[in-house]
Amino acid sequence: MKIKLIASVSISLLLARWKQTLVAAIGVTFSITMFITLLSFMSGLNDMLDALILNRTPHVRLYNEIKPTKNQPIDQTEKYKQYYNFISSIKPKNDRAEIYNNSAIMQSLKKDNRVLGYAPKIVAQVFYNVGPIDLTGAINGIDVDEENRLFYLSTYVTSGNFIDLKNIPNSIILGKGAAEKMMANIGDVIQVTTTKGERVPLKVVGYFQSGIAEIDKVQSYATIKTTQKLLGESTSYITDIQVKLKDVLQAPAVAKEYQELYQVEAVDVQTANSQFETGSSIRTLISYSVGVTLLIVAGFGIYNILNMMIYEKMDSIAILKATGFSGKDVNAVFISIALSIGIFGGILGLIFGFGLSAIIDQIPFNTASLPTVKTYPINYNPKFYIIGGIFSIVTTYMAGYFPSRKASKIDPVIIIRGK
Amino acid sequence: MSNKILEAKNICKYFHDPTTVQVLDNVSFSIDKAEFVSVIGKSGCGKSTLLYILSTMDTDYQGDLIIDGQVMRNKKEADLAKVRNEKIGFVFQFHYLLNEFSVLRNVMLPGLKLGKYSEQEVEHRAIEKLKILGIENESLKMPNQLSGGQKQRVAIARALINDPLIIMGDEPTGNLDKKNSEIVFQIFKELATVYHQSLLIVTHDNEFAARTNRIIEMEDGRIIKM
Repeated sequence: MKIKLIASVSISLLLARWKQTLVAAIGVTFSITMFITLLSFMSGLNDMLDALILNRTPHVRLYNEIKPTKNQPIDQTEKYKQYYNFISSIKPKNDRAEIYNNSAIMQSLKKDNRVLGYAPKIVAQVFYNVGPIDLTGAINGIDVDEENRLFYLSTYVTSGNFIDLKNIPNSIILGKGAAEKMMANIGDVIQVTTTKGERVPLKVVGYFQSGIAEIDKVQSYATIKTTQKLLGESTSYITDIQVKLKDVLQAPAVAKEYQELYQVEAVDVQTANSQFETGSSIRTLISYSVGVTLLIVAGFGIYNILNMMIYEKMDSIAILKATGFSGKDVNAVFISIALSIGIFGGILGLIFGFGLSAIIDQIPFNTASLPTVKTYPINYNPKFYIIGGIFSIVTTYMAGYFPSRKASKIDPVIIIRGK
Repeated sequence: MSNKILEAKNICKYFHDPTTVQVLDNVSFSIDKAEFVSVIGKSGCGKSTLLYILSTMDTDYQGDLIIDGQVMRNKKEADLAKVRNEKIGFVFQFHYLLNEFSVLRNVMLPGLKLGKYSEQEVEHRAIEKLKILGIENESLKMPNQLSGGQKQRVAIARALINDPLIIMGDEPTGNLDKKNSEIVFQIFKELATVYHQSLLIVTHDNEFAARTNRIIEMEDGRIIKM
């Protein structure tokens, strides 16, 4: 009964100034629309950029770093054990880049149920021979099936078929940039020189385009076997093991564990690509702050309109109070006016925001570096809609709070005597 | 006396701005049920101030106010609002109808606020009150479609909706012409005699006051004749 009464009073006050109310609601609608669109778009973009790097990056990478041992002989002598020794110009000893005992490590990874999968890899420095010129390059020796399953190789092999790499012996998938420099077409045979001076012919079966031009100019893919042959190493030679986990957030802990367990270097994706995390979080921060600013501006609009309404309706408020409405009731009337503006404007804003994102989703977006992206990326995360909805209600409540309090404190005597 | 419905005991009131001035000085009186009382006095003598204290809207005073056996001092704002809603009907010099609502709805509002009856019953009662005042045909109009006299009658109907203990009026005829003043007076008279309604009317119209049961005359914040 009481709620109904307060609602009916609020509604008639709202309708009495429906034009201003509408303007206030449009303000909220506009800001929520922009908030949703901005976040959806920004987060779509973030996801795309993250996918660009993170999808192809192992969650944990195991490798052997070439570096001088931490345990120098001087630290082991009786006499200088207690000292802090400065040694300049230490050189690493002749160590291999190979991971020792890698098949045992891989066996044990297979049993670890946190691991989604792993792919062995060999990184080999080579020169691509173009006539008399040598271009520096790097061949990644990969396990084609696992690489595709875990790191989506096929999505960035833009011409040729990635599976040919496995089926055709001594084949190579060149980076698009490298292929253009060498003017190598699919089916051509190119010459590469290894760091040890051997010259090997390889058949081009495809191009890949990673989205990062610098990488495309240098890198290419071959099978593990081809790479081992190229380097003249045995079939157990592996320089990297790329591990993909079921839960990427566990990566730092797992990396630490593996480092101790297998006595190799292990780097997790968060450390290796911290700049992407930072970039994403800053972009998200910017979109949130723009969205929130828009909402606050809309909130000021509501504040103004309510203040004006209270000023205009001073007499009505006074008489309501004189006839037995308490300050609390008057407060509830104005709060409900503010909230209904917020809810109405907010719901429309959510709908329009969805519509606008859907439109942006249809706009063609073709860029050479992103072969798989055809339209602007949009992330339709329901989280944004929930946040937007909550925010519209919270800001309008805040905007209504002070005017409502002012209205509830109006002293009817002053108004009535003033006439 | 058991049928005292309103009693003021030694009420003093000061205005502090810009300098402290005593507006009411030990005002004490009481009103019995079904009494039609008028308060007269020159302007500035404190009669309106007294009325606002008696109506519980002004709480800044010394002394005691007892309405229906309850002491009003130290009551919370919400409780005072409830007292006003239930026990006091108010008629002002200006009608103070809400222009957003129809006449009927205006009359119903305090009744709906009281929440003692269902909406249908409140509506029924509101129509009855409008009938007493002879304006039931205007019930669906908006207030700004009515004449000044009609508006004031709607305001009286609104004051009556919760069957208050007492109706207080602050110069209810002050804005009306002779004819409408007479109508309003006759209504008050009828309420007092037929419905045994207590009334306390502040006025400076001596002719009006002369026809009431009892006149309280004030001067400089004191009651000089009762």
